[in-house]
Amino acid sequence: MFKHLKPNKIFLLTSKAPKYVLLAFIIILSIGLTEALILSPEDYKQSHSVRIMYVHVPAAWISLGTFSAITLLSLVGYIFKIRNFFLISKSLAPSGLLFNIIALVTGSIWGKPTWGTWWAWDARITSMLILAMFYLMYLVAWRIYKDDDKTFKITSIITLLGIINVPIIKYSVDWWNTLHQPASINILSKSSIHISMLYPLIIMTAAFALFSLLIFLMKYNTELIKIKNKGLDRL
Amino acid sequence: MIKEILFMNGYGLYVWSAFVFTLLSLVSVYIVILTQYIREKNKFIAKFGTLNSERAAFAKSQSINKEILSNTSSI
Repeated sequence: MFKHLKPNKIFLLTSKAPKYVLLAFIIILSIGLTEALILSPEDYKQSHSVRIMYVHVPAAWISLGTFSAITLLSLVGYIFKIRNFFLISKSLAPSGLLFNIIALVTGSIWGKPTWGTWWAWDARITSMLILAMFYLMYLVAWRIYKDDDKTFKITSIITLLGIINVPIIKYSVDWWNTLHQPASINILSKSSIHISMLYPLIIMTAAFALFSLLIFLMKYNTELIKIKNKGLDRL
Repeated sequence: MIKEILFMNGYGLYVWSAFVFTLLSLVSVYIVILTQYIREKNKFIAKFGTLNSERAAFAKSQSINKEILSNTSSI
């Protein structure tokens, strides 16, 4: 199965895909922004400030999902010695960090009109900040270590330590008394969010996921060309 | 209608700044990654040009190299 995951074969697909992903992203984002800023209703308590949710929540979801994927790929890559999985993980990290920062900043902007403060050392905000630090450590490790095997080992350790933080982020609102409200969207049970607010949230999540895919494809192609550049030096 | 979209009952500044920050971040990261991609690709093309005919023929026999050279405007 893994022979189909060889960079040469993947590059044939990844080099052509970005333009289509970019087009799909622009279309979905335009629909999402129209829904989020104009068509969706205001909240009875938070009024129009609730619209910040349409960028804050999808950004947090994508950032958590990306870190989980990076950990899984690093772990499988390390166990089965699949170097390409590390390359995929490395290419996923920039968009994960970007969405983590977006979640923190938009959360801070939302906090001012809702809680009266830009920042609070609340369990969820603090654990999201810790996740951003793990993303940074992961990316810095790729920059500072030149030996591949050492880099694979260090980045795998960073992701394994960081993944402990992911369930803490998810359940922080249940485990501690925080400023954040409990989850409004549940996959297994009934969601408490109204459908008119759920739709824009799903559309914006799809748009951010497409952007994440776009950045991943471009970064992955760049990394492959970097490897090929080294190969030409050795010829 | 437009006034309501802009001011949003006094929350306009918060809502718009959150959306503008998000969109600017997306555009910035896209430009950074695109620049890195173009730089690496140009480096590859320049290096390929310096190879002698025998080495160039060998390098070109690898499908991925052919793909990089043929996709000069893929994004």
